[in-house]
Amino acid sequence: MKFNLLTATAILALGTSAALAQEVRVYNWSDYIDESLLEKFEQDTGIDLIYDVFDSNEVLETKMLAGGSGYDVVVPSGTFLQRQISAGAFQKLDMSKLPNHDNMWDVVEKRTDSYDPGNEYSINYMWGTTGIGANVGKVEEALGPDAPIGSLDLIFNPENMEKLADCGVFFLDAPTEMIPAALKYLGEDPDSQDPDVIAKTEPVLTAVRPYVKKFDNSEYINALANGEICVAFGWSGDILQARDRAAEADNGVEIVYNAPSEGALMWFDQMAIPVDAPNPDAAHAFLNFIMDPENMAAASNYVYYANGNKASQEFLVEDVIGDPAIYPDEATLENLYTTSPYDPKVQRVVTRLWTKVKSGT
Amino acid sequence: MRKSLVYLIPFLWLLALFFVPFLIVFKISLSDIALARPPYMPQLDLSEGLAGIRAFLSELDFENFVFLTTDSLYWKAYLSSLRIALIATFLTLLVGYPIAYGMARAPHHWRPTLLMLVILPFWTSFLIRVYAWMGILGQEGYLNQVLLWTGLISEPLSILNTNTAVYIGVVYTYLPFMILPIYAALERLDISLIEAAEDLGCSRTSAFWLVTFPLSRPGVTAGCFLVFIPTIGEFVIPSLLGGSKTLMIGKVLWEEFFSNRDWPVASAVAVVLLLILIVPIIFFQKNQQRQAEADA
Repeated sequence: MKFNLLTATAILALGTSAALAQEVRVYNWSDYIDESLLEKFEQDTGIDLIYDVFDSNEVLETKMLAGGSGYDVVVPSGTFLQRQISAGAFQKLDMSKLPNHDNMWDVVEKRTDSYDPGNEYSINYMWGTTGIGANVGKVEEALGPDAPIGSLDLIFNPENMEKLADCGVFFLDAPTEMIPAALKYLGEDPDSQDPDVIAKTEPVLTAVRPYVKKFDNSEYINALANGEICVAFGWSGDILQARDRAAEADNGVEIVYNAPSEGALMWFDQMAIPVDAPNPDAAHAFLNFIMDPENMAAASNYVYYANGNKASQEFLVEDVIGDPAIYPDEATLENLYTTSPYDPKVQRVVTRLWTKVKSGT
Repeated sequence: MRKSLVYLIPFLWLLALFFVPFLIVFKISLSDIALARPPYMPQLDLSEGLAGIRAFLSELDFENFVFLTTDSLYWKAYLSSLRIALIATFLTLLVGYPIAYGMARAPHHWRPTLLMLVILPFWTSFLIRVYAWMGILGQEGYLNQVLLWTGLISEPLSILNTNTAVYIGVVYTYLPFMILPIYAALERLDISLIEAAEDLGCSRTSAFWLVTFPLSRPGVTAGCFLVFIPTIGEFVIPSLLGGSKTLMIGKVLWEEFFSNRDWPVASAVAVVLLLILIVPIIFFQKNQQRQAEADA
C-alpha cells in the first residue's frame, strides 16, 4: 500500500525519476474497506495508494475547511458534504474520466441529490442507517424476553437503561446522530432546526446519561463482539461487523441489528475530491476503480454496508443483498428519514447541549 | 556586539514561533465565523494596499470574548483545568521528590544509569505510552486482573474514564520533568551542610526540612511549573483516559474547533488560556531571576 520498497529500488535502479510514479492519498472512515482492494488498485493502475483513516466527520471537516490537507479523495457524510461544498472545499468531478459512473444506482442518487445537487461533486460510497445493536442473550437476561430490542424505547427509556447499565451501553459521540434519534423518540421532526424543539431532547438524554458507559464512534464494534457491552447505538454496518466477528469467534455472543421501529436516520458517505487535491487525475482513477461493480461489491461484502452502485448488486453475497438490515425492503425504506445541515447558530446550540449532556456542565 | 548577537537568536526564535503565531490566533479571535475556506471573516487582502488593511481592521471586534462570559461552560472548564493541573502537579511532586532524592544520594557511579532510566520512556511515543495505560487501567485490564487474582478486591475497579485515570496519566507522563530539576538541585547540595546541621543537634527529619528542602526549592519550583503549565492545556491524556465528565479547557477548545467549526471563538478560548498561563510563567521567570542573582 505504502510506497513499496521493491518498486522504489527498481525505479532507482532503472534511473527513472521517482516523480513519475503517481500517487493518490485517500482519507476514509476506519474499518470501511476490504484492504485487498487497496493492493488491487495499485496493481491495476500502477498508482501508489496512501490510505489514511478517521472516525469522525468533524475531524475531516476541519481539515477540509483549513485547506491544504494533501488528500486526493475524502469521504464525508451527506450533511457535512453539503456544507463543505458551499464552503468551496471540493472540485466538480470530471465525468469523462469516470466511465464507470453509469453503474450508479438512481434510487440512491435521487436521495444524495439533496446534499449534492446534480451529484456533481461526489459519488456515493456506502449508505446505511443508524440504529440499535444488541447482544440478545444479555439484553433478555436484563429485561426479560419482551425486551423492546428494536425500539428507541430500549435506549431512551430510563427504566430500561437502568437495567442495562450493568452489562454496558455505548452511544455514538455524534450529536448529529443522537439528537435526531431523540427527537424521533419524542415524536418530533428529527430534522428540526428549531432550537426550542432541539432543547426538548436534553431531559431525555440527561435521564439516560448515567447509564451510558461511553460515547464513542469506533470502539463499539469490538466491545459488542467480545461481549464487553450489550447495547450500542451505532451505524448499521459497524454493528453487523460486530455480529460477524462474534460469530467467527464463536464466543456465544449473538448480536442483532435493528433500525428503530419508530424510524431510522438514513445517511450517505460520499467520495469527493478536495479543490486543492495534489493529484486530481489519480483521484479520478481511484473513484473509477471503486465504481467498478466487482470492486464495489467486494467492499460491501466485507464491511456489510449497502452501496449506491446498481451494477454491483449481482456480485453481492446473499448475506448482504438479502439482509433487510442492509438493503431495507420497501416498507422500511418508507420509515427512514434524512437530515439537513445545521446553520452555525443552531450548531452551537446542538454542540452545547451535547457537552451539557455528556459532562453535566 | 557579539553578545547582542547571542541575545538575538532566542529573541528571533520567540518572535517567529511564539509572537507571530499568537498575533495570528489573536486576529482570528477578533473575526466572525463564516462558511468559507478558511471558515472566518474578514480575510486580509493586501492587494488593496492601505485601504484594504483599514477595511480589514474595521471589521474586527471583541464580541467573541464577550461571548465567553455569557456561558458558564468556559469559566467552569478553566477552573476545572486549573484544579486538575494543581492536583496533578502536587501528586507528581509527591512521587518525584523521593525519586530525585534517592538518585542524588545514590553512589556516584550509579547516577548516570539512574538518570538514563528516567529519560528512557521518552524513547517511546507519548501516545503509545498513554494508550498502554488504557490496557492497564481498563475493566479487564492488567491492574484489575492482578488485584482480583491476589484477592484484594472482589469486583473490578472502574478507573479508566475517570479523573483518577487522568491523574495517573499526568503523573506518569510528566514525572521526568519533575525529577530532573529536583535532582539537579539536590545533586549540587553540599553534604557537609547536613552534617553541620546534625552536629548542631538537628534530627535527620528536621535537617531535611531545615536544610535539604529549602536548598532544593528552586528545583521544586522549576519542576512544578514544567508540569503545571502543559497540564492545564492537556488534551490527549484527558481524552484517552478521562471520562466524558472530565471537563478540561483542551476539550472545550477541540469542540469549538471541530464540532462548532467556530474558529474565532476557539481562538478566543486559546487567547484567554494563554493569558491565564502567562501569570504563572511570569512568576516562574521572576523566581529563576532571583535564583540566578542569588547564585551570582
